This record gives sequence, structure tokens and C-alpha cells, in this order.
Amino acid sequence: METEKYLRMDKLPHIWCPGCGHGTILNSFIRAFSESDLDQDKTVVISGIGCSGRATGYLNFDTLHTTHGRAIAFATGVKMANPNLNVIVMTGDGDGTAIGGNHLIHAARRNIDLTVILFNNQIYGMTGGQFSPMTPPSDMATTAPYGNIDQNFDLAQLVEGAGGTFIARGATFDPRQLKRLYLAALKHKGFSFVESFSQCPVSYGRQNGSGDAVEMLKSQKKNTVDFKKWQQLSTEKKQLLYPLGILKEVDSPESEYTVRYKKIIAKANQEGAL
Amino acid sequence: MKTKIFKPEKRAVLLQGDQAVVEGALAAGVEFFAGYPITPASEIAEGFARELPKIGGKFLQMEDEIAGMAAVVGASLAGKKSITATSGPGFALKQENLGFATMVEAPLVVVNVQRVGPSTGLPTSPSQGDLMQTRWGRNGDQEIIALAPASVAESYELTIKAVNLSEKFRQPVVLLLDEVIGHLREKIYLNDSEEIEIINRKRPTADQDPKSYLPYQQTDDLIPPMADYGSGFKYHTSGLFHDQSGFPDGKKETAKLMQDRLHNKLHNNLEQIIFYQKDIRNDDRVAVLSYGSTARTAISAVNTGRKDNLKAGWFKLQTVWPFAEREVAKLAAQVETIIVPELNQGQLIREVERAVAGQARVLGINSYAGELIKPEAIRDLMEEVL
Repeated sequence: METEKYLRMDKLPHIWCPGCGHGTILNSFIRAFSESDLDQDKTVVISGIGCSGRATGYLNFDTLHTTHGRAIAFATGVKMANPNLNVIVMTGDGDGTAIGGNHLIHAARRNIDLTVILFNNQIYGMTGGQFSPMTPPSDMATTAPYGNIDQNFDLAQLVEGAGGTFIARGATFDPRQLKRLYLAALKHKGFSFVESFSQCPVSYGRQNGSGDAVEMLKSQKKNTVDFKKWQQLSTEKKQLLYPLGILKEVDSPESEYTVRYKKIIAKANQEGAL
Repeated sequence: MKTKIFKPEKRAVLLQGDQAVVEGALAAGVEFFAGYPITPASEIAEGFARELPKIGGKFLQMEDEIAGMAAVVGASLAGKKSITATSGPGFALKQENLGFATMVEAPLVVVNVQRVGPSTGLPTSPSQGDLMQTRWGRNGDQEIIALAPASVAESYELTIKAVNLSEKFRQPVVLLLDEVIGHLREKIYLNDSEEIEIINRKRPTADQDPKSYLPYQQTDDLIPPMADYGSGFKYHTSGLFHDQSGFPDGKKETAKLMQDRLHNKLHNNLEQIIFYQKDIRNDDRVAVLSYGSTARTAISAVNTGRKDNLKAGWFKLQTVWPFAEREVAKLAAQVETIIVPELNQGQLIREVERAVAGQARVLGINSYAGELIKPEAIRDLMEEVL
């Protein structure tokens, strides 16, 4: 694969901390994109604010680095204005589930053809380690110095409940699986969502005694299991492990939002319409 | 930049101001609306929901005001003329992404049909309370263009101008109606002028090499050519201060250069942006200066006053931002007193006083709880000062 084709090499090195998992996500993404048949010139990558927000600066596409939490709302406008574009959103757990949580569930509800990659490092990294809606209870954060009392989302369930038609989860300890998930998400016609566990040794790990990046990747592996194996576990064990893989896939391109809007255009142009 | 002139068919219609905005936007080439229901602007969304699909355009009702603003910025970057509409509380929510649009120079129009605030206020009563929110509602220093129609016909004409200005200057434009103008029904002629000028944004030329394309180029006119997403330029757009290539570099000089360009691209061309109408006779000693629905009251008061030989004239701003500083200074040299009626506690009057700089007396008449100002109130004050 020609990495240079998809990266803005003159913008490297990236700003992410040593040991950060975000580079692994970017790596897996460009590998997936290179294996897809999507046209690079017809692809827009959109991000919000935070560590994940910086991903767009390194990617050689039309890229839009928006305001905090709003990437999906901007992406909805881009996709509707020109449905021929492939529109990909890169967001974080704070960006995508706290300040931007409303846009996430509504885009899933519309089933608009966006591919959302959510970098989940369970913390606000760029602002210095405050808890996010994905920080597990009892964890330490700079704004939870006595431990976090908030319950975290199960994002896959949240997006499923909202109506997403492709839901997957991967982790940076297995970049090959991440690549496969991104490729499947890119091919899906409809709203696709890939929660991507990423390690943050600096802003999360240091406060929580998680060790270095290697230790954190080992923990990821320990706390996750393949979705097929997970389905066979007891209810009790299911709660202790995160399933990885494609968790839901509904193939119904006709229910995609821009496809449905085309029918509205046809209806409005029928004789005797409003 | 391409300018297209078309000669549409003239037709008489009975419309509300809100509906005239929809007609004006469609005439100007708008193909995209995203927004959220809010009184007294909902008729604008309803109009676009009905009309846009007929021309293959897109209407989106978003999950909130913020998303509506974000979506129109996205659609603008994807190459479509885009518009959203709201009222004061929604306008407050839109401010951050309006600032983003200014920063990335996305042409678009935001309509604010003003109602009485603060907060939920009086949703169905008119106000001009968002004049300063329009000017200063976002973080940081920044310019804005804002037009304020005083009739249904002007709602149509100024919407076309708003879209044109946004395209010409790569600049978001605010259209400030108020509840009275938005809901007022008047017979107007669509396409009344012989021809309508339609301006389309300047795009890169066909021979532009994508590798050397600078989305924020320091061009002579200070307005860089704008490429549609998906047209092969693969460029970066960011709300961080960026250099000519669009990438943030964090340098203070870069931020200064960009701040100055964003300011000067408008201030070097004020004669193309500032619209006003006036009727000031040589011997008039009082001028009533206003905009929007108060201009109707002002003109009525002046016209009846003149029948009784009052030496009074009127000056109506159609562009409220940038403020017509030079024109108002000139007016101050002509008359002894300038009366500024406003549906707020005194916002425009601060700008007027600044421009007048002591050359004339400036007096306000204010109504800020949902009542229109009566012509008699202006008449009484005119008589008092004459």
C-alpha cells in the first residue's frame, strides 16, 4: 500500500503523545480505505475537537476540522448537499458522546450514509484527563479526584437503540481487525458506527495506574472477547467483557436517508403535488 | 466569481415576510436549508420544506439549532448556496458555528426573525433586541454583514442581496427580520425589477493545479477562490487560525494576517455592502433614523408631520452591519437632531452617537416589551425639538 497517497506526509509527525493509540486507528483506517473501491477525491473526512479531532489534518482528503461535538451535524449537511460524496466522521468519546451525543443518536436514527469512527480512550486527553461519558465508574480523573460516580454508556447499545444499521467495535491491540471493521463500515450503505478502543497512557493511564501503552493494550485484550464467543457466555460473564467485531449489520440500502429523500424529490415533482 | 442575470416573470402575490424570504432565497439560487422549528420563523422552514424538493434541493429539519447551523456550513462547503432561519434563542445557540463559518469563510445566510428577549421572552411579539447579538454574539473579534428588511417586498429583495453578498465575499450574512415583518402580509411583485443579478462564488479556474491550490490565498481582492468538496482539491478546513494552505500553524503573524484579511475584505468594499434609503430635504432639521419595522413608523410620522410643515426627514438603514458610519456622520452635519426609534432599550443609538460624535443631538425612543412604537410618539418628539 502506498501510505503517502492517503497521508499528508508534510504534516507529520503527529501531535499525539508517545504510546497513544490514535495513530493505530489512523493506520488501520488508511489500510481499509486503500482496500475499498472508494474514490479518494470524492471522500470528505470530518472531525470535531480533541485528540481525535486532529486526525483530519494528517489525512489526504477533503478534510473538515469542525467545532466541538458537531462533526456529525456538519457531515449530515455535506452528505445531503452532495450524496455522491463518501463522508467519514472521526470523533472521540468526549466529542462524540457528551457534547455531540445528540447528533450521534439522530444521525443513527436517520440512517444517513455516514461512517463514524469513534476513538474511545475513555478520557478527555487534550484538556488534561477529565472524565468523559465513557470513563468507567470508580476510575480516577482530574475532575473526579475521589473517583468517578458517573455510569458510562454502552455505545453499541446506544447506537443500536437509536437505529444505526451497522455497529461494530474494535480495539487498537488488534489493528488487523480494526481494518476489517472499517472496510466493512465503509462499504455499508447507511449509518455505520465503529467504536474503537484506544489507549491513553498519559491522561488516563497515569491517573489510573494502568501502566504503559503495552500494559494498556494487554488490558484491552483481557477485557474483550470476539462477538461470537461473547454470545455463548453466561449473562454474568457477558457483563464483564466487551464483545469485539461486527455487532449488528442490517442490509437495507433503501432505508438510507439520502435515498429516501430522492423519493421526496420525485413526489414533490409529481403532477398535482403541493 | 460568476454573475448571472436572469429576467424572471413578474407576478403579484400576497405573502408574509417569512414566505418572501423563501421566495427570495430560491430566486437567488439557494438549494439547501437546515434548521429547527421556532416561533416566529417556522414559516420559513415550512416554505423550504415544500419548495426545495421541487427543484431537487434539500431541506433538513435537524435535531437542534446548533446542528442546523452546522449542516448549512457543511452544505456550503459541499458547494450549495445554503440558508437557515431562527429567532433570538435559536440564534444564540447558532453563534459558535456562525463564528466557525466566518473563520472558514463559508458563504451562507442566517435569518433571525426577532422576538422579545431575553430568554424565551415574548415569542410572538416583535423586537430589535438582537442587533448587538448579531454584531458581537460570537467569541473573538469578527465582522458580520446584516441586512434588515422593513416590508414584505424588502424581505424578498434583501434575501437575494444577502445570498449575493455571502457568495461574493465568502462571508456569512445575517438577515434580521422581526416578528411584525415576518408575519405581515402584503401584496408584492416577485421579480419586480427588469432583471435580477445573481452572484455565484468564485471557484478555482479549470486549469488550477490541485497541488498548488491555496484555499485561503492572499489574493488582491482578499477573497480566495473556493473549491467545492469532492472536486479533487483535497484541502483542509479548520476553525483554528490557518495559513493560506488552510492548515493551522499557530504563529501569531499568521493569525494577524488572517484577522486583517477577514476585516479588510469587507471594509475595502463598504460601498457594495451598505444599503440605505433616505428622504432628507435641504431644510430639514430633524432626521428619524431607523431600520426594520420601526422604519415604517418613522416614515409614517415624517410624512404626516410634513403635511403640517415639520422640517423632518427619514433615513432607513437596510444594512445594519457594518454600520453606515460615514453616511450617518454626513447626516449629522445636515440636521440638528437625529431621532432613533428602536424596539429595544437602545442598541443602534450607541452606534449612531459614535458616528455623530457630537455634531448633532441624538435622541432615542424605545419600546422593549412587545409593543410597536406609535407614529404619534415620534411626531411628539419631532415637535418638541423643532
